[in-house]
Amino acid sequence: MVFLQPQLRNLVVLAVLMATCITAILTLSPYPLLVLSLVGIWAMLGLSWNILGGYGGLVSFGHAAFFGGGAFTVAILFHDYGVSPWIGCVLGAVVGGLLAVVIGAVTFRLKGHYFSLAMLAYPLALIPVFTWAGWSEVALPLQRTNPIAYMQFSDARIMPAITMVALLGCLFVCLFIERTRLGMQLYAIRQNELAAQCAGIATMRVKLVASLISGAMAGLAGALYAVVVLVVTPGSVFGMLVSSQALIVSMFGGLGTAWGPLIGALILVPMAEILNAGLGARLPGVQGVVFGLAIMAVILVRPQGLFWAVRDHVASRRPALPVMPSVALQAAPAAPAKPPGDVLLTVEGISVRFGGLHALSDVSLEVRRGEILGIIGPNGAGKTTLFNVLNGIVGTTSGAARLGDARLTGLSPQEVSALGVARTFQTVRAFPRLSLVENVLVGAFGAHRSDRAALEAAWVTVRRVGLQDRALVPASLLTSRELRLMELARALAGNPTLILMDESFAGLSTADVDGMIAQIRQLAAEGVTVAIIEHTMGAMVRLADRFVVLDGGRNLASGLPDQVVRDPRVISAYLGKRWVEHAGT
Amino acid sequence: MNWSEHGEQILQVLSAGLLLGCLYGLMCAGLGLIFGIMRVINFAQGEFMMLAMYAGLNGVALLSPGRAWAFPVAMGVAVIVALLFYGMGAATHYLLISRVSGARALGSLDGGHTGQLILTLGLSLVLQNGGLMLFGSSPTSISNAAADTSWMLDMTDDITLFLNQARLWSAVMATAAVGLTLLLMARTGVGRRLRAVASNPVAALYMGVDVERSFRTAFGIGLALTAVAGVCVATFYPFQPYTGFDFVIIMYAGVVLGGMGSVGGAFLGGLLIGLVQQLSTLVLPPQLQNTAVFVVFLLVLLARPQGLLGRSVERA
Repeated sequence: MVFLQPQLRNLVVLAVLMATCITAILTLSPYPLLVLSLVGIWAMLGLSWNILGGYGGLVSFGHAAFFGGGAFTVAILFHDYGVSPWIGCVLGAVVGGLLAVVIGAVTFRLKGHYFSLAMLAYPLALIPVFTWAGWSEVALPLQRTNPIAYMQFSDARIMPAITMVALLGCLFVCLFIERTRLGMQLYAIRQNELAAQCAGIATMRVKLVASLISGAMAGLAGALYAVVVLVVTPGSVFGMLVSSQALIVSMFGGLGTAWGPLIGALILVPMAEILNAGLGARLPGVQGVVFGLAIMAVILVRPQGLFWAVRDHVASRRPALPVMPSVALQAAPAAPAKPPGDVLLTVEGISVRFGGLHALSDVSLEVRRGEILGIIGPNGAGKTTLFNVLNGIVGTTSGAARLGDARLTGLSPQEVSALGVARTFQTVRAFPRLSLVENVLVGAFGAHRSDRAALEAAWVTVRRVGLQDRALVPASLLTSRELRLMELARALAGNPTLILMDESFAGLSTADVDGMIAQIRQLAAEGVTVAIIEHTMGAMVRLADRFVVLDGGRNLASGLPDQVVRDPRVISAYLGKRWVEHAGT
Repeated sequence: MNWSEHGEQILQVLSAGLLLGCLYGLMCAGLGLIFGIMRVINFAQGEFMMLAMYAGLNGVALLSPGRAWAFPVAMGVAVIVALLFYGMGAATHYLLISRVSGARALGSLDGGHTGQLILTLGLSLVLQNGGLMLFGSSPTSISNAAADTSWMLDMTDDITLFLNQARLWSAVMATAAVGLTLLLMARTGVGRRLRAVASNPVAALYMGVDVERSFRTAFGIGLALTAVAGVCVATFYPFQPYTGFDFVIIMYAGVVLGGMGSVGGAFLGGLLIGLVQQLSTLVLPPQLQNTAVFVVFLLVLLARPQGLLGRSVERA
């Protein structure tokens, strides 16, 4: 749990790093100093890649586009217009950031490997364009008068110092992202994008903000690269090796932590440079082989990278956290008699077709404020599809749903969430690498503008469902009952007026089901309206105030539980016509 | 420029696009077969093709009595290289790819795609730069008489179509190789097993199919097809160790266009890419040929990621 906590350890490490940098810069001779500059530049590019690829899981094969954008901004402005690289570097970062936003806005709709492949094409398409435009080799002209104004220093120690300052700045930004809302939202998107949306994260906006920062960092790295190497060619800044190095230093060092790219660049860049200096004349391409072998080894041996390998090793020596006793909740309290409230959710004649399949045909229902509505029906009745429609995951063919006066149909999942409709899933969609309370925190962001308030709300909600003892356990280690409660807490953390619960009893033992029923009744008593799907009758009769029965995508019946379970149409839908006679007696 | 000159230019470009497109189609078929059956994107496919080009070069140098016979010998060498690359593919799968695909990738967040992409990216860097160490960076090609000879077809009085012999025979060879693969997939026991594994590996496993072995076969066939394409291209196209990468995007573009999965679709996708690339020379400066391919690739990915011929996309 690092969210919001001031990390003294990080500050100490940063101070040590800074001291090391200063000593290195003061003691090294010119060639190692050049290598140090390159370490800084590639580490910055790695940090930039890590924001999208590591935190957000958006594996880009095209970070060279932003890097090259920055490099050519400096080179062209200086060479053609005499603009100082001091200004060029700033503009390079701006160009990198803008490119990343534009490319991201177009490409983020693709998922997984389609995204990676599409990103590959951007920088590679730019190489022939730049060559054709006459920028096949742009050299930074030598300035004899006032060289310092043009970033040309007689002292070989100044450029490494500048790159180190820039690197520490980027590192600081990344460490900051990790501890705030943006980082948490990116983690959530990486682990389960749909759940993140339904928890109220505006995923597209988050991704674009992340690409703006990432692109600006890559652009700055490219700009400094141009200043250090003095000659920019399309192949050297837009080439595949650039994108690969960004990815490789990050994955080698450790994915999803700011320390990863730093460690990766510190090990791999000097290794490749030294080998290239020693053997490059006889064995050209030795750099590529080093990076290639490094990344293959990482993927085969420790796909998480060095940082996590070491950390897991350390963590495995710590004692495990205690498991929560299985049943901690009292039996269900008697249902308080409530007057039915006004209508909260109206569903009017919703139809959904998938090709020729009518998943829902003209389904209508109402949910009243404060009630627990059970939506039941046999498998294939369209219950989950109905929730997916209300949630904005699936579009309707016709019909509409309204929450109070606001129209729900046609909204995106995050807009639905912002209106106060929360959702849990049939198979729990957790963010497995986040701790329980962090999972809940992601749900709390929507309702709380300040990070501190969101964190407080998350803790309150975790206590509300009785999971406080397990709050720091990663979701991947929770039991199925704890996962169900965690998902419920995540839904509650956004202060919803309505919760849509999809088969929340699936996979639970009888005792756990009783606990869950108590929990849901408690929520209803506190004023949260619940619509719950279930296909087993037993638990639902004890839980719901009212039933709506769906069968084959249509309304079949509705009413009080007692009436509905005696309804011959319902019995026939569940058990077949033969049973109607038996049940009638 | 009068009409007949225009017509001749367009016909010439169309035929060049079709002939080159058949070879692109063959490369795409290799990559598409691997993706279709294993759901693995092999980033190093282009580098394997580059290796096949050098294998072809050396094979021809060893076996050919002279330039006049070099082309037919090269076609024979292509078959031998294909067999070698089948073995190399099976070995690569056994040693590397199987560790990040199939049963071992089931537990990961994204079906192991990222791991596979990055592992094969590493492999491509090693092969590309290893090739640079072994073969040097100067471009070379399989010297043969057919590459310098063309058939002239008089279409009308004004229009004469030039068909380069090496390119034409290569296109024939490519089409034959794809045809054979389609037959293999449709008619043989191996093909049936491959199709079963492609549509549902777990069910195939329960039915007693050795899934890992089928994957190995698929990877081998995929590399063999691309190797044939490599040797054919090497008879008329100068290459160097970085050449593989030039073709990698063309392969992806074709495979994506063809719907990521079917061999026939990938072939047609490659054919289309060949046409797009050559037709773009009518309106764009020749340096921007590949930019045109990239743009088509991006447009297809963004507008119709299931490809022109594909039916379904994975949903998030």
